[in-house]
Formats: sequence, structure tokens, C-alpha cells
Amino acid sequence: MFAFDKTVRSFLLSEIVQGLKLTFMYMFTRPRVTINYPYEKGPISPRFRGEHALRRYPNGEERCIACKLCEAICPALAITIEAEPREDGSRRTTRYDIDMTKCIYCGLCQEACPVDAIVEGPNFEYAVETREELYYNKDKLLANGDRWEAQIAANIVADSPYR
Amino acid sequence: MPKLTINGTEVEVEPGTSIIQAAEMLGIEIPRFCYHDRLSVPANCRMCLVEVKGGPPKPVASCAMACAEGMEVETDSDMVRKARKGVMEFLLINHPLDCPICDQGGECDLQDQAMGYGYDRSRYHENKRAVKDKQLGPLIKTVMTRCIHCTRCVRFGEEIAGVTEMGVLNRGEDVEIGTFVDKVISTELSGNMIDICPVGALTSKPYAFQSRPGELTKTEPFDVHDAVGSNIRVDSRGGEVKRVLPRLHEDINEEWISDKTRFAYDGLLNQRLDKPYVRDAETGRLRQSSWHEALAVAAEAMVNVKANRMCGLVGDLVDVETTVALKDLLKEMGSENHECRVDGAMFDTSERSGYIMNTTIAGIEEADAILLVGTLPRWEASLINARIRKTWVDKKVPVGVIGPEADLTYPYEHLGDSVNALKTLKSGRSDFAKTLKDAEKPMIIIGMGALYRPDGAGIQALAREIADKFGMIKDDWNGFNMLHTAAGRVGALDVGFSGDFDIDKMRLFYLVNVDTEILDFIPKDAFVIYQGHHGDRGAMRADVILPGAAYTEKSSLYVNTEGRVQLSARAVFPPGEAREDWKIIRALSETLDKPLAYNDVFELRERITTEWAHFENIDGIVKPEWSDFGDKEIEVDFDAPLAAAIDNFYMTNVICRASEIMAQCAESFVEDSTEMLREAAE
Repeated sequence: MFAFDKTVRSFLLSEIVQGLKLTFMYMFTRPRVTINYPYEKGPISPRFRGEHALRRYPNGEERCIACKLCEAICPALAITIEAEPREDGSRRTTRYDIDMTKCIYCGLCQEACPVDAIVEGPNFEYAVETREELYYNKDKLLANGDRWEAQIAANIVADSPYR
Repeated sequence: MPKLTINGTEVEVEPGTSIIQAAEMLGIEIPRFCYHDRLSVPANCRMCLVEVKGGPPKPVASCAMACAEGMEVETDSDMVRKARKGVMEFLLINHPLDCPICDQGGECDLQDQAMGYGYDRSRYHENKRAVKDKQLGPLIKTVMTRCIHCTRCVRFGEEIAGVTEMGVLNRGEDVEIGTFVDKVISTELSGNMIDICPVGALTSKPYAFQSRPGELTKTEPFDVHDAVGSNIRVDSRGGEVKRVLPRLHEDINEEWISDKTRFAYDGLLNQRLDKPYVRDAETGRLRQSSWHEALAVAAEAMVNVKANRMCGLVGDLVDVETTVALKDLLKEMGSENHECRVDGAMFDTSERSGYIMNTTIAGIEEADAILLVGTLPRWEASLINARIRKTWVDKKVPVGVIGPEADLTYPYEHLGDSVNALKTLKSGRSDFAKTLKDAEKPMIIIGMGALYRPDGAGIQALAREIADKFGMIKDDWNGFNMLHTAAGRVGALDVGFSGDFDIDKMRLFYLVNVDTEILDFIPKDAFVIYQGHHGDRGAMRADVILPGAAYTEKSSLYVNTEGRVQLSARAVFPPGEAREDWKIIRALSETLDKPLAYNDVFELRERITTEWAHFENIDGIVKPEWSDFGDKEIEVDFDAPLAAAIDNFYMTNVICRASEIMAQCAESFVEDSTEMLREAAE
């Protein structure tokens, strides 16, 4: 009985009809999934791990205190920090470099940070033409932080119930 | 001998041993903050609580409880853990928990033990207490809010360093550690307080925020700032020495080092010679050159000078390999003119027993009468002074001093300023002579202050006579000691790098790290080849400069003042084009077409041990035979006062002079104390 059924179906091209049914259904009824990328973007999670940024406190003081926990935990050894006492005696970095070509975007640096200074922000559009531009220094990271602060802060608030 | 069980293991200990020591013998670690092997026991942190079965039904402090027969000790029972958790919670009430900005983070006893015994949140909701930071000078940074009042620093000051400046102020909630009157800690051992502080209350000021312990490369050489040869650990990162810490060596420095050893490292980065230089014939100024050119110029000068007009001098920081290579090179050229006593010390170098510390540093503890002649051990060899103080603390050993008076941190009898006092002593009429005569193991330490004079060899002979007369030389005891100030001196003397020649007749000088006053005696028209690591006095006089390596940048042999041979390890590479010193001499011999017979450092060391067998005995002392030395013929100037060999502890060699930290120390400690002396005089 099984062999008969199979033979009849193959002669009537039922699999092809079934497949084409799905094709035509998507063609005429479902919404399109391709987006017009540079002008439109897909949604991302608050936990999205994109380009790094160094944040500041609302009063403009940089958050990073040079504890070097991110440098210690970084599995790709992408972070380099040097520190010394600032004029007012507080502990600050004089150098904070991230080699973005080494970074594997694991997010351990932001997990380790006790003051939420280093974060991986929502930005993923930072493709550049030379490798050198991917060696981020402290100025670049702080500028990133200033640019993305509103969204980064919103993301941290959105994710806080799960932490 | 009480026998007890700790965690089920039986152990037999000396009477008076505390439980914490007994547990350590078994390899059981008991957490502690206030207890330290070399300090007294205050038992105030309560972290080392253990349960003793059969005793009272409460935990006992294992550091203060002596072992008794039949004790059953549990170091990790439920009761113990609960008690320690309680202690930890109380300690953390007022501790700021600012580990991310604390320099102790990563090597902090409190941090480590909080991982084991801490609760993950606080039940204390009142305000934490804050304490004002103290100003303790340019070396120690204080964050007194972090202090847990273990009093280790106070006890270190009182017991080891001999300064009672630190103390505990107030009581209860208001208790503070500090100086009674606001002032800097003026001891040359102050850096050790940083090491023994179990939290981040006292940290190193020059090292502030520089690095975390995990990212440092640790190497284990030893120190060359004085002739003690303290064992140190050099922590480096990225080719830069970041800090220097002591390393345990019971026979030399125990676990302390002097501030110069610890903090002069920044001098290794300043004023370095990192390229060869040649003096330009036209302009008369030094200009950078290539190694080829510099070696060619040096070789040409050496060929053009008669062998007996050529001499080699080695300075205070030079290792044995370099000294031997230079000696061999001069021999190849036909010259026997070499000298290592470039600071002007005059003494007989023919017998080894006459120029080393025969008693050894650890041997000081056995001595029962000590005579110091022309030496200020507190400046010249801080750790030897600490050892004498330890002996004094243990058994109130009588100390006599001939020479300059100063605060040595222990009481002594001042016998006189000049050699006259030595003569009086020899005649046996004074009280101290009687003390020496009655002593079982008397010792004499003769310092460079007594030998920096034309009649040095005569004073050396006089000291030898005293050693013989007062029974300082026995089968199992040799009480004659010479205290050197230069790390390379004994090594250079051991390989026979001393001689007698007329400096005015010399036309070519090969200087290795020579930056002392002897430069003023070099004839104006002589050609000077300077090999060294710092652009100091010697380099200014040079016609050719060959850049060498500093002590952290080479693995080499040194001999300390006891005659102990030590082999160091390289921590970082020399900067720029600088090279290891013996290799430079080897390269020069190649340029001269008289290549030395060794191609690597192992062959060189083999050449050294073949001629001087005691260099095989690394970290050991080969005791020399007691024999005749000194020059009795020399007329001794009995009335001239004995000067100190060092007038400024913080500025004794090129590395210190290039160090900013040492400059700050000299400013705040030496000038302060001079001022204080002047005020006291008024």
C-alpha cells in the first residue's frame, strides 16, 4: 500500500506543489524580511556587544579608575592600561588602549568593570579602511562614550532586572 | 618537648612554640593579620582563632597560645570558621572596600582572607569611619581609613628599625596609627613597613597606581647598592623595572631591604648611556657613533700606548665576569696595571681573610661584644646594622664605637674619634678592653672610614693585632671583619684586580663604572675609555664611551662583603644599543685582534672557576685561613679623626644619583636631619 501511495504522489508532483504553495504564500501574503540596510536597521538587544566606549559620570568625571580588572580578564589581551596619580591624587589611566583587531567581543571587560566604565555599546557600524584606525586609544573611547551615552544608559537600565 | 595533635596529625615541638608556628611546621596555614614571624606577638587581630579541645570552650588565638602536652587543635572546624567569619565581619565594618583603586589589590591579605571568611554583604548600616591620612615622607603613601590596626608597622619600627616614631593613638572607635608629632619616618628601613602592612594602608608612593602584581614579571637577582648583597625580587613590565621587593635569605637580609635598595630603581631609567660615543677631534665634544667606530677608536688608542702606560680601573658596581675579562684583556696587551679600590681605600689585599667579613652577617647574632672602627653601619650596610640591633635586642650585646658618632638605633660606648682610641684599647687599660677580653665571641668591624687614608694598611694591621690580642680568632670563631661599601669590591679583590702603579704616568685609562673622585687624578692628556651605564662624572671625562648594562640587566657573579658568591638573574634588557659588559670587552679584544679565550658566559665562568675555585660555590662562603696581613711599617697618623665613608646615604652611586626618588629622600631626610642637628646645637 505504501509503495502505491508513494508512486501516485510522485507522478502527481505533490511535493513540488506543496513547496510552491509555501513559496507563493510568502510571495503574496507574509511581510518582506529584507531591510534596506543603511537606511533601515534591525532591532538589537540591550545586551548587544558592539563597539567599546568609556563612560563618564553625569558631572563629566570619567568613570574609569584604572583598576585594570578588564585588562586582567581580557582573554584576547586586547586591552592595555597605564596609570598614575592624577594631579588631585586620584587614580586614573594615562593610557587606555583597545586593539579592536584582537578583541573577540566576549563582553568580559564590561562584566569585570566595577564602575560600569568600559561598556560594549550598541554601535556596530565602525568599519574602517586601515588597521591603524582600529587601535582605539582613550580619547577615541571617551568620545564614543559621549556619543552613545544616552543609549548605553538606557540599555543598562533595561538589562538591570536580569543582573 | 610538648607533643600535640593538629587536625589529627601529631607533632612534637620545642617548649614555647606557639600553635601557629607548630601548624606552620605541618604546612597548615592559619590566617593572620597581626602575627609576623620576626615581630612580637600582640594577638590583637583575632583572625588566627583555633579550637583547642580539652581547653576552655571558646576559640583561642593560636599566635599567642603556647603548645602544651596533649593539646588537640582543630584549625578548620565549624566553630573556628564561625569565629573567623565573625572576626572578618567586624574587620570589614570600617574597611572601605575600595580594592579597585587600592595598590594592595591582588596581593592583599585582607582581600584574600575575605574570599575565604567574608560574608557577601554587609549587615552594618551606620556610617563608616574615616581617618585622616598621614604624611610619612616621599616613600610611604598612607590611606589610613584602610588600616585594620594590626600594629605591625609600629612593632617593626620599635623592634627592627629602632625608631619609635609610629604609634597607636587614642582608643576604641577613635584609634589611629600615626606619628605622635607630625613628621616623616626617618629610618633607612622604612620601606619594609609597606611589605608587612597586610592591607593597603601603607603603600609605596613611587609605585602608586603603576601596576598590578599579576602583570609583573618577577626575577630574583640581588642588590648592588651596598656590599651586603641583599636578595631582592625585581618586578618588571614592558622592559621597565617597576619595583624592587626583598626576598628571603636568612643569612643575609632576612626579609628586609634598605630604602636605597628598594627605591633607587627609577635611576635605571634616567641618564642612561644607550649609544656609543666618541669625542670628536675637531670640536672636542662627544658625538654619537656606531659600535664599530667606537671599538675601532678604543682599539687604536690601546695599540698606540705602551703596555706599561695602560691601566684598567673598575668601579663599585662591576661584576666578576667583567673584571676578569678586563684583567685578561690587559694581560693580552701586556699590562698588569689594574685596580678596583677607586674610592681611595688603602688596605692590604694579599690575604682574603684580611678583607672580608669573616664572622658573616648571621654570625653577628652569636657575638657577645662588638667593636666598630671607622664605620657607620646604619648608612654603609643598613641590614648589617639591623642585625647588630637584633643582637642587641636579644642579649644587650655591648657595642663600642671608634669613629664618628651617630644614632645607630642601639646604645653604644663611644671610645674616641681617632686611631688613638684603638691604641688605648690595645693597651688593655679601658673598660671596653676588659669587656672584649671577657667576651667568648668578640668581633671587630673595620669600615672604609678607617681605610680611606694613606695609612689604611697600618690601621688594618692594628685591627688585626687587636683581633689576635682579644681572642677574636678561635677554631670556630673569627671575629675580624672588614665592611665594604662597594658591591663589586670583594669580587674584584678575589680575582686579584688590585695593584700598585703610578697614576700620573698612565696614558690610557680603561674605566668600567668609575665615577669617583679618582677621576680628578687622571692626567689631562691621558686617553680615557669609559664603559658604564650612566652618564655621570666618568662619562664626562671619557674620550670613548661604551654603553654597558646595569645590575638588573645582566646575569652575573658578585661577591658580598662576607665573601659569599652570588649569581644574579637578568630582569630586563639593557636600553638601546647598550650591551652586557663582559661582551663589550670580548668584542674589543676581537677588534684588537687578540680574542679572549671564551665565547659565551659559561666558558667565561669556567675560566673563572678554574683559577679561583671558590666561585663554584654559589651562595656559599669559603672561609679563608687566618694569616698575616696589614702593613706594620706604615706610620699611622693617630690623631687624625676617622671620617665616615658615606656622608649621604641616598646618594652613593650613579644609579642613586640619577634617581628622582633618592633625590627627594636626600632632601627630606638628610637635609631635615642636618637642620635638626643644627637647631639642637643652638
